[in-house]
Amino acid sequence: MPLVTIDNKEIEVPAGTSVIEAAQQLGIYIPHFCYHKKLSIAASCRMCLVEVEKAPKPLPACATPVADGMKVKTRSQYAIDAQKGVMEFLLINHPLDCPICDQGGECQLQDIAVGYGGVESRYAEAKRVVSEKDLGPLVATDMTRCIHCSRCVRFGQEIAGQMELGMPGRGEHVEVMPFLESQVNNELSGNIIDLCPVGALTSKPFRYHARGWELSRRLGVSPHDSLGSNLTVQVKDGRVQRVLPADNEAVNEGWLSDRDRFAYQGLYADDRLTVPMIKDNGRWIEVDWATALAQAAGALRVLKETHGGDALGFVASPAATVEELHLLQKLARSLGSSQIESHPLERSAGRGQARWLGMPVAKVNTLDRILLVGSTLRSEQPLLAARVRAAVKASAELSILHAANDTQNCAVANAVIAAPSQWLAALTEIEQALKGASASAEAQAIAASLKSGANKAVVLGAVAQIHPQADALHTKAAAIAAACGATLGFLPVGANSVGAAVVKAQSGDVFAAPRKGYVLLGLEPELDCVDGAAAMQALATAECVVGLTAYKGRAPEYATVLLPIAPWAENEGGLVNMEGRLQTFNAATRCQGEARPAWKVLRVLGNQFGLEGCDFDTVAAVRAEALPDGWLEGLNNAAPAVDLGAAVAGAIEWLAETPIYAVDAVTRRASALQATAMAAAPVATANASLLARLGGKTTLRVRQAGLAVELAVRQDDRLADGVLRIAAGHPHTVSLGARMGVLEVEA
Amino acid sequence: MSLNAPNHKVCTWTQDYDHPAALATYTAHGGYAALKKILTEKTPADAIIAEVKLSALRGRGGAGFPTGLKWSFMPRNYDGDKYIVCNSDEGEPGTFKDRDILRFNPHQLIEGMLIAGYTLGARAGYNYIHGEIFEQYRSWEAALDEARAAGFLGNNILGSGWNFDLHAHHGYGAYVCGEETALLESIEGKKGQPRFKPPFPASYGLYGKPTTINNTETLASIPWIMRHGGQAFLDLGKPNNGGSKIFSLSGHVERPGNYEVRMGTPFSELLEMAGGVKGGRELKAVIPGGSSVPVLPGATMMELTMDYDSIAKAGSYLGAGSVIVMDDTVCMVKALERLAYFYFEESCGQCTPCREGTGWMYRVIHRIEHGQGRPEDLDLLMSVGTNISGRTICALGDAAVGPVHSFLKHFRNEFEYHIEHKRCMVGA
Amino acid sequence: MLTNESLAQIDREIAKYPAEQKQSAVMSALRIAQQEKGWLAPETLEFLATYLGMPTIAVYEVASFYNMYDLKPVGAHKLTVCTNISCQLQGVDAVVAKIQAKLGIGFGETTADGRFTLKEGECFGACGDGPLCLHNNHTLHTRLTPDNVDAFLEGMK
Ligand SMILES: Cc1cc2nc3c(=O)[nH]c(=O)nc-3n(C[C@H](O)[C@H](O)[C@H](O)COP(=O)(O)O)c2cc1C
Ligand code: SF4
Ligand code: FES
Repeated sequence: MPLVTIDNKEIEVPAGTSVIEAAQQLGIYIPHFCYHKKLSIAASCRMCLVEVEKAPKPLPACATPVADGMKVKTRSQYAIDAQKGVMEFLLINHPLDCPICDQGGECQLQDIAVGYGGVESRYAEAKRVVSEKDLGPLVATDMTRCIHCSRCVRFGQEIAGQMELGMPGRGEHVEVMPFLESQVNNELSGNIIDLCPVGALTSKPFRYHARGWELSRRLGVSPHDSLGSNLTVQVKDGRVQRVLPADNEAVNEGWLSDRDRFAYQGLYADDRLTVPMIKDNGRWIEVDWATALAQAAGALRVLKETHGGDALGFVASPAATVEELHLLQKLARSLGSSQIESHPLERSAGRGQARWLGMPVAKVNTLDRILLVGSTLRSEQPLLAARVRAAVKASAELSILHAANDTQNCAVANAVIAAPSQWLAALTEIEQALKGASASAEAQAIAASLKSGANKAVVLGAVAQIHPQADALHTKAAAIAAACGATLGFLPVGANSVGAAVVKAQSGDVFAAPRKGYVLLGLEPELDCVDGAAAMQALATAECVVGLTAYKGRAPEYATVLLPIAPWAENEGGLVNMEGRLQTFNAATRCQGEARPAWKVLRVLGNQFGLEGCDFDTVAAVRAEALPDGWLEGLNNAAPAVDLGAAVAGAIEWLAETPIYAVDAVTRRASALQATAMAAAPVATANASLLARLGGKTTLRVRQAGLAVELAVRQDDRLADGVLRIAAGHPHTVSLGARMGVLEVEA
Repeated sequence: MSLNAPNHKVCTWTQDYDHPAALATYTAHGGYAALKKILTEKTPADAIIAEVKLSALRGRGGAGFPTGLKWSFMPRNYDGDKYIVCNSDEGEPGTFKDRDILRFNPHQLIEGMLIAGYTLGARAGYNYIHGEIFEQYRSWEAALDEARAAGFLGNNILGSGWNFDLHAHHGYGAYVCGEETALLESIEGKKGQPRFKPPFPASYGLYGKPTTINNTETLASIPWIMRHGGQAFLDLGKPNNGGSKIFSLSGHVERPGNYEVRMGTPFSELLEMAGGVKGGRELKAVIPGGSSVPVLPGATMMELTMDYDSIAKAGSYLGAGSVIVMDDTVCMVKALERLAYFYFEESCGQCTPCREGTGWMYRVIHRIEHGQGRPEDLDLLMSVGTNISGRTICALGDAAVGPVHSFLKHFRNEFEYHIEHKRCMVGA
Repeated sequence: MLTNESLAQIDREIAKYPAEQKQSAVMSALRIAQQEKGWLAPETLEFLATYLGMPTIAVYEVASFYNMYDLKPVGAHKLTVCTNISCQLQGVDAVVAKIQAKLGIGFGETTADGRFTLKEGECFGACGDGPLCLHNNHTLHTRLTPDNVDAFLEGMK
């Protein structure tokens, strides 16, 4: 390993290490702008120039690999002259508008200028002005401040895999911009705000809300997908003002999806429930906690006593914490109910099994072969999609089985695009091809891909898990994985799906046969269940529905008692992510109004029933009970013991995915996210041939289970024939029945 | 003249004939003989490289890097595609020799690229042709078709079993693409922004594959060297400065044009070949190697010989041999203003010093030329130049500074006069 | 969008490069499209992006980097005159003055009748034959003088 000396300190680093990295290891800071450890080296800002002995000119530390015996000086007069020269150039055309700049206080240019800038400007010519660009509802621009570091452009090209920003023009006329009027429209776009070292790209929702130094910072864990991105939640005046990534290389690698970053706006939605309420003779009235809890417990007790424990159904969001779910199942079981649902968006009979990624998240980057079954990956797990892209860039082959050949952020080696009812057959073919039997060309190609390579995975996504044949798909995927030596993995649907199964918050089938009473925890059943319409119907006929919720939503329609609970930033607890990593967090802000963390509410409710073992003082104590030593051994991707049931085939099959910004109650209320193109109102899309069969209409009335909705129609030839893609989990499509079923279209 | 006899017209000899660019003209006078010999005898690559090294051929694109040495950097046992790229993106003000090679002797370039491709194990070659000479893009493609039809290109060349093809890539107006890595980016269909080196093209070039880039005249000299040997080429010139060289004379000479002479020919002789200073006026200054190299006073030039070492000793560079002659009517402020504008306009924009500094220098010189100069401007120009020079990815930054520093060094009084009197001291 | 003839030319360019390097043909494709359409409208860039499998912004980057592409409409005759040092020394200023007087436009302008656009160019690499004027990007007129430029312009009427 080369031995280098930097500012008289010696260090041995692996060959290929750059001077800037070696310096960093020595704790020596070299000023820089274009360099970013996650991006390719541009070496263009020239801020990092240093003196290297025997080199005829100053060298950029970011792009200069160390050599054995190299002697580097980062603070010699020679180096500082070069650095100061660059700083002067950066500032001559900069507006120097720090007082009105959102980046003030956290600006690399400002910081470095303090050290390297001159006092007076020698530049007496007119300054450049750059026109603003409209990048959409998330990212604000002040392009005159841009220093052309190209980080934002490289992020799109290299990490997000979608080049939306470029730097057209030449020389002084180079400007960062999208093509004409297009906006930035990818699920990771907010990262360019963090990457921008100056105030050219800032957060639109956060704009002019606060200065960096006025914000207090708390660590958090994102509850919007099962990766569990680590967050820095920034708070002022008791409100979350901004969410930034916290460093955790093993989880989110310093990035955030836009959903993780901007969903916080939903915390302050108008329909936040902040006071307990009960329905009194058909009227909703606000009450104190004691009244509400007594009312809830009383009604549930009566039902249990008259109809037995199983008359009560308990339904929770899979993003509820380990502690909440533990207490909920404890309450249910002690009331004699086996009707507990915490995986409401899954179809598997065995969804109580703690199915997980099957490997560490970080290992995804090192896979050589990936077969992705039924996953709309970029909207389900945006940052995992970035890892898959990294693997593919590094030579992995990605094969997919889906009903839509969506634009991925990376090259797809093989794709089988088929109506959902054909998926099982498609997997069977791949299995046969792996065994050497004859099969379709696509199946052969996928089999050939899976046979080669060392690190492989077969991964089932959210669509596969809500599929009517979810268990059969699981069984086949397991067979394929076994046949080619791949790891079998799941992409759990909710932030704590794994934890929910571990604490056994899943058994029974709460809506299949309607219950007399329900306890709901943190979900909007019409949007968050496989069959929202059926759920709503069951709730409508129930005698008592106790809703623990942060929002009113449609709860007043079906509930009898509403208990205000804390949404994530006001809550505390733990979540188990897709790799089985338990991540805990504390509240970042105080609860709004009378809202309380649900674990406390459930504990008191337990007390109301006189249950033993409910007297926890801290959330950690609940957690200790919920996750006893060895809990990780409960993770299990074994195939279920079910027969391979028949497909639900019909002329038109519904591809029913949850849109990226409709995954949970908070996200659905985040105004900026809802203003993006990805949150546009649902339309029905189908390929040309299905559209022709449907008579080439521009709107369709789509019917399922006797209920109908009207939708605009668009052609999308990336869809398999016979498939109508309509976003589920959206208020407009609630009245359709079970997801992924057969649809009828009215003539 | 012809390729058959060792004479000093290495690249321009076909102009003695009626159809200089025709394949028939070329083959009738020894063209493709060197290639045939190499393919028949299966001359080892080492032997070819040794010959090129012996010739002391130095890159004709401007940097004067020894060609044989450059070729030896290409990885030998590389299992994958390699490329040879010819740089005909001649756009340096004052430079116009490669256009004449394309116009009058395209086949010698093709043969040179073939030999290079064979020696370096390349799969294919590209010739990047300057945007504004579309006619030569077309004519060179026509020459390729001729060569292909005659079996010099394509599969199984001349029955040797060797496959190799050549293509033209057309630039479209960006001087910086003459820089070799910008040129590669441009072939890849991107903006022509130079790459940081290392890695050098020999290990990471076109499409990330090992690539050798040479100037048109460099590659066109190869058939001559292989025909007559490296020693004969070296003997045409001076030690370390082998061969003849095409000098492009422009500006205030009677007959602007290209003159191929032996390396080491006195400048005065070359000037005489072009008919001397136009109208018999006095020689004021000469930019000896294209706009990027420092200007030298006329008197200094008259003492020099035309070769890399002699010009370098005098504080400038031979560059691409592009001799811009200025007589005593030239206002040096106006001349520098035009040059400064050029570099400002042509900066690719990625490096901070070049993007910001070239515009700054231009604006200050523009002010001086327009009577708004300030006494401190000259020191400012020197300092801004120093802050650009050596601190950028490619040499365009240095090229922008060379004129500024040298004009101020040799003709500072004219700038001072401009600032003080708000007008020009010459031709006023 | 483009004629079959233009597409055939573009395909010939694509064939010069390795199969997975279609993007290499973008410069030629832009040139061919511009030759056909007169200039490069946004729809043309979008079409070429799809044709070559590139992000549209990447096509736009290329089209805006190289001088000879026109992202705005130009006259039927685009005249680009090199004003760089060698041409300047060889008398281009007088030639430009003559052209400007005759057409009544300055650099970067188009005549009211849409016939002529005049542009200032950088070195064409043909200084020995200067002063020079490039007609519609592809035809180079050499050794212009204030005297012969009249006939040159008349020839384009
Ligand atoms: C801004 C700039 C412009 C250049 N333009 C040209 C050019 O037009 N033609 C050329 O052959 N080399 C040009 N070069 C030099 C090339 O980078 C490269 O050194 C040369 O093509 C190598 O070929 P050679 O070794 O045969 O000279 C230029 C370099 C720079 C920095
Ligand atoms: S020196 Fe100028 S032209 Fe060269 S890479 Fe840097 S910005 Fe581009
Ligand atoms: S950080 Fe090294 S050049 Fe920008």
